[in-house]
Amino acid sequence: MNSLEIKNLSVEIDGKKIIKNFSLTVPKGEVHALMGPNGTGKSTLAKALAGHEDCIITNGDILLDGVSILGKEVNEISQTGLFLAFQYPSEIAGVSIANFIRAALQSRQKDGETFSATDYYKTLYEKMDLLKMDRKFTARSLNEGFSGGEKKRCEILQMMMLQPKYAILDETDSGLDIDALKVVANGVNLMRNPKIGMLVITHYQRLLDYIIPDKVHIMYDGHIVRSGGKDLAIELESKGYDWVKDDLATALAN
Amino acid sequence: MENLEAINIDRDKGAFHYDTTYEFDAGVGLNEKTIDYISDIKNEDPWVKEFRHKALQIFLSKPNPTHWASKDIENIDYSKIRYYLSKGQVPSRTWEDVPDDVKKTFERLGIPEQERKFLAGVEAQFDSEAAYSNMKKSLEKQGVIFVGPTEGLRDHAEIFRKFFGKVIPIGDNKFSALNSAVFSGGSFIYVPKGVKITQPLQAYFRINAESFGQFERTLIIADEGSEVTYMEGCTAPKFETATLHSAVVELVALKGAKIQYITVQNWSTNVFNLVTKRGLAHEDAEIRWIDCNIGSRLTMKYPGVILKGERARGEVLSIALANDGQHQDTGAKMVHIADNTTSNIISKSIGVGTGRATYRGLVFMPKQVRNCKNNTECDALLINSLSKTDTYPAITVGGKGNSVQHEASVSKVSAEQIFYMQQRGLTEAQAISLSVNGFVNDLIREFPMEYSVELKRLIDLEMEGSVG
Repeated sequence: MNSLEIKNLSVEIDGKKIIKNFSLTVPKGEVHALMGPNGTGKSTLAKALAGHEDCIITNGDILLDGVSILGKEVNEISQTGLFLAFQYPSEIAGVSIANFIRAALQSRQKDGETFSATDYYKTLYEKMDLLKMDRKFTARSLNEGFSGGEKKRCEILQMMMLQPKYAILDETDSGLDIDALKVVANGVNLMRNPKIGMLVITHYQRLLDYIIPDKVHIMYDGHIVRSGGKDLAIELESKGYDWVKDDLATALAN
Repeated sequence: MENLEAINIDRDKGAFHYDTTYEFDAGVGLNEKTIDYISDIKNEDPWVKEFRHKALQIFLSKPNPTHWASKDIENIDYSKIRYYLSKGQVPSRTWEDVPDDVKKTFERLGIPEQERKFLAGVEAQFDSEAAYSNMKKSLEKQGVIFVGPTEGLRDHAEIFRKFFGKVIPIGDNKFSALNSAVFSGGSFIYVPKGVKITQPLQAYFRINAESFGQFERTLIIADEGSEVTYMEGCTAPKFETATLHSAVVELVALKGAKIQYITVQNWSTNVFNLVTKRGLAHEDAEIRWIDCNIGSRLTMKYPGVILKGERARGEVLSIALANDGQHQDTGAKMVHIADNTTSNIISKSIGVGTGRATYRGLVFMPKQVRNCKNNTECDALLINSLSKTDTYPAITVGGKGNSVQHEASVSKVSAEQIFYMQQRGLTEAQAISLSVNGFVNDLIREFPMEYSVELKRLIDLEMEGSVG
């Protein structure tokens, strides 16, 4: 209970095995980092957790607060409290950020319930100010014409407004300059509390200077090969991914 | 005796019954006797009857235009249509017989109770007296004339005869000829010089059984410097027993005048909606067509503006939704015959299920004109892999300093976008609905507020039914 448990998960896409016997537990109140070279399945994992229909789960389970989410629809999984900050957020022309977030919040309301527009905007502006987003952005079409940094900030804004139990941040730092990175990291840090568990998927160690993880896991060839504290990320940075490969090869050889 | 078999009624749409207390019945099919009957019963002046007869000859001589747009037109059986229904002949039914899904639609769209019975064909009249009497008084005071064609041509011939049949001549096409022969119902409006009517005028103000007829004829004349907005139709599915709808709308904006004509069409899906709409814009005048086509089996409609005076402006904003089995063939015609005129066409179409949406646009700038500008944007959104969209722009530009800009796009709501929206908690249907609303958003904002709310709900409803 009170954690996101991934148990011996195997996932295939188009008949190809991507995630192989993957296990990981992210308790509420903690931030875990998942690192790994490109092509190792990190984004696939994120999609599989969100329930994407292309990800065929051939083995294992995913439990959110003790309840399996296998076979659930994408929107159902979202409503049980899982949020995915996309690596490449989609553009939705003609739908403003304000209306989109409101629609997302509305979908969680019981039939007939509504929430006050003034309260909504008050909260929205509060979060936007924290993320140093110009309030005028509320009227802009979701992600349309946004820079990489603006898109990522918009993801964090949505996360703040939806208040999930578990957040998967997929390469949140990609495409960001150092200033934007700091703002995004600040937003993520502000959300840290005992009620939320986060999995930060990243290729580079740099983000982890600002979002200090409780645990670091290294993924290779579809599963976790090494876990440790925050220093593991620094070790990985200095030794490179080949270190992990060699290490694995040695372990297999023995 | 009445021959019920010959009437085109979809028997599935709830039981209709007829009042049989008539001495004479115009019957089905179209011939000179039908024309005489219609004209006599309306007590028309001889010139109007002659106009009708001439139109009948032209109609009979013209071939069916099945070689373009749609072969489906072959399915219209002219001999089986009732060309004139007098008040008491309009079929009616009891509220209990109205199908549930029709009742539900009224509910979902928030249609006021008193209007539901009329729209469902339960009552032949909509009592607009109470609701709109103040409006009527104020119009009268300003000298505005707002009557039906019969009254217009008989009591105000000196105003209307000048332009009647001039913007759209009888022989323009087969259906304008048909309308010219059997027209009944519609609005004839004259706005005096300098009068700016702030409230949109609607056919509701003057409702009687004929107003929502199959062959409405509308003529709006806005005198110099005047302004008027007219709204036709409504989002509620208008229950139609007839399968051919062939209206003609003529607009005349004199110097410096502005006419805005808004249509929301949601005919039931057994209707052929073949309409001719055209405006004549004089110097410094402006004509704007805002058109939304949601219903019907086949709609062919190309609102046009003839930019006759310098600095005149024409605009067509069009939204079309083609669902299963529907073909929306719509577009615009802009004819620049004076210098410094501008036109703007924005067309957005949505294809759902096996629906087919077609844009047909004509932009004409002959070598005699100068410094004219046209901007055309036609965007299509395809929701399913079975929906189809086509674009047929016909652009002719000559002369000096004229410019034409044409942009077209086709897009679909991608699986990726849907996944993204679902990940935020929306169902697939809600996600598609949101995308579609986003797609038509800027155009819907041009509609008066009450309509835009109803329209959004209507589009949502249409999408709901089709997304698996």
